[in-house]
Amino acid sequence: MSTLKVPQSVPSVADDCEQLRKAFAGWGTNEGLIISILAHRNNAQRKLIRETYAQTHGEDLLKALEKELTSDFERLVRLWTLDSTERDATLAHEATQKWTASNKVLVEIACTRSSVQLFSARKAYHALYMKSLEEDVAQHTTGDFRKLLLPLVSSYRYEGDEVNLTLAKTEAKLLHDKITKKAYNDDDLIRIFATRSRAQINATLNHYKDEFGKDINKDLKTDPKDEFLALIRATVKCLIHPEKYFEKVLRLAINGRGTDEGSLTRVVATRAEVDLKIIADEYQRRNSVPLERAVVKDTTGDYEKMLVALLGHE
Amino acid sequence: MAFNQELEALTKAFSGHGVDEKSLVTILGKWDPLERESFRKNTPHSFIEDHERHFQRWDDHYVRLLKHEFVRFKNAVVLWTMHPWERDARLVKEALKKGPSAYGVLVEVACTRSSEELLGARKAYHSLFDHSIEEDVASHIHGIERKLLVALVSAYRYEGTKVKDETAKSEAKILSNAIKNVHKKPINEDDEVIRILATRSNKHLRAVYKHYKEIAGKNLDEDLDDLRFKETVQCLCTPQIYFSKVLNAALRIDVDKNTKKSLTRVIVTRADIDIKDIKTEYHNLYGVSLPQNIEEVARGNYKDFLLNLIARG
Repeated sequence: MSTLKVPQSVPSVADDCEQLRKAFAGWGTNEGLIISILAHRNNAQRKLIRETYAQTHGEDLLKALEKELTSDFERLVRLWTLDSTERDATLAHEATQKWTASNKVLVEIACTRSSVQLFSARKAYHALYMKSLEEDVAQHTTGDFRKLLLPLVSSYRYEGDEVNLTLAKTEAKLLHDKITKKAYNDDDLIRIFATRSRAQINATLNHYKDEFGKDINKDLKTDPKDEFLALIRATVKCLIHPEKYFEKVLRLAINGRGTDEGSLTRVVATRAEVDLKIIADEYQRRNSVPLERAVVKDTTGDYEKMLVALLGHE
Repeated sequence: MAFNQELEALTKAFSGHGVDEKSLVTILGKWDPLERESFRKNTPHSFIEDHERHFQRWDDHYVRLLKHEFVRFKNAVVLWTMHPWERDARLVKEALKKGPSAYGVLVEVACTRSSEELLGARKAYHSLFDHSIEEDVASHIHGIERKLLVALVSAYRYEGTKVKDETAKSEAKILSNAIKNVHKKPINEDDEVIRILATRSNKHLRAVYKHYKEIAGKNLDEDLDDLRFKETVQCLCTPQIYFSKVLNAALRIDVDKNTKKSLTRVIVTRADIDIKDIKTEYHNLYGVSLPQNIEEVARGNYKDFLLNLIARG
């Protein structure tokens, strides 16, 4: 469920554009005004605002935001304003350019978006970067990571509920065999996670637990420092329990010393219109503190205000 | 027509691709029992003489083959009328069922369709078979071909004109090295080769093809021994040559039934795309026009249908 709060009667697009222009005008910027508009418009509305702003003022709204805003606030507003498919393409591109073994963004995008959304992101990637996403992933990742990531970003999973229980049994056994032999980069293990539908994987993992007594991710935790294993665990979590995956990302970003603004920004911007409410509930359940309160404790200024607005409070 | 001529015409009507329905109707339809017996006695590969009981029976195997010939026209019509997405999805499914000898069709579909057409096929596949194409390709293929084929059907290639020539040059070098070292590392285990062939755009690959020729002196597909890799390069870089070769192989007499089916498949799937260019290339390669070859080898409604498809536009 989304946390986005859009007013009952939304001002016209022309009004919004005018107000945004006013917010940029003169010395300094009226950040509050920007938040009050952009943080309360949905994907379609923001797209329209962006188009109209460009037509009216001859400048891409995103460029204006980049010029006028700074630091974490700027990144959050800019990411948020982007249309969701361009956002995914942008995040994926960043991930390939600055790829490290601990980077989970590609898995996140490949596994928590629907088949159609993932494909739209791939299309946006063509338009933005004049290349295909799989080209860049293949070029910038190596070894076992490439072996897993390439099919994940190329997948176009069947999205129905049909499940073959016999197949689930066979594939659960296969996974268990491979995991027992520590063959984590096995072709068939990767094949199952990269190509099967969510419903089928869910059935397989249920059977795994019934038959072998443990959650597959527990069995995949043999070496907590192994980053490839961490990536497979992230894949499983993103496919079956995305809200738990995102809760953990937030928890690691906020709790404890310091804040990982990059991850916090990314999760809030990408999930506000999708399931941030469910993630927030999961956060509260797991940490005994409302997400909004934890965010306020850990962030300041306009960045904090924008986050809180996207969380549906204010 | 004298009886001998009729015999000849009828034998011809049953031979080749498809059947000559008209001759069957006009000649066979009017023959009396003696004439039909003469036909049975004079076509030994279709009938078996039972000397003990004094009659001639149809050869079962031949009747099965004949069934395919009658149905060739119907299959062409059905395939032609299908939405291209359903067509490609069904071609893939059929190839997976048939096994390794048919995997060339997977390469063909994955590499000669536009990115949007291939996406359409993947959508249709969901609808028709409740699975994703990559799921089925990955789970049905266990051999060394799996890596390449899964990567090919999963591609969503960039289709613009931007090509980085430096990258194309360096990737041509990578391919050349991989081919030279094939005795140390087989080409289907080389992740870099698969990466280049399965993810780069068509325009980029054609630039790579060109640079490869400059480096190695030969065409990339000629230097690749693995059949699927060869087909991949041909489909991506020289599709009209690839299709001409497939057609030429299909238009021989006495080919196996899979090869025979490729005649329908190529003509139906390319009639709206590049059949004109294929015709030109065919003539370049074989010195004979494609319609003429089809005229010689195909029969009846099937023949007329194919010639019509080729002659359009």
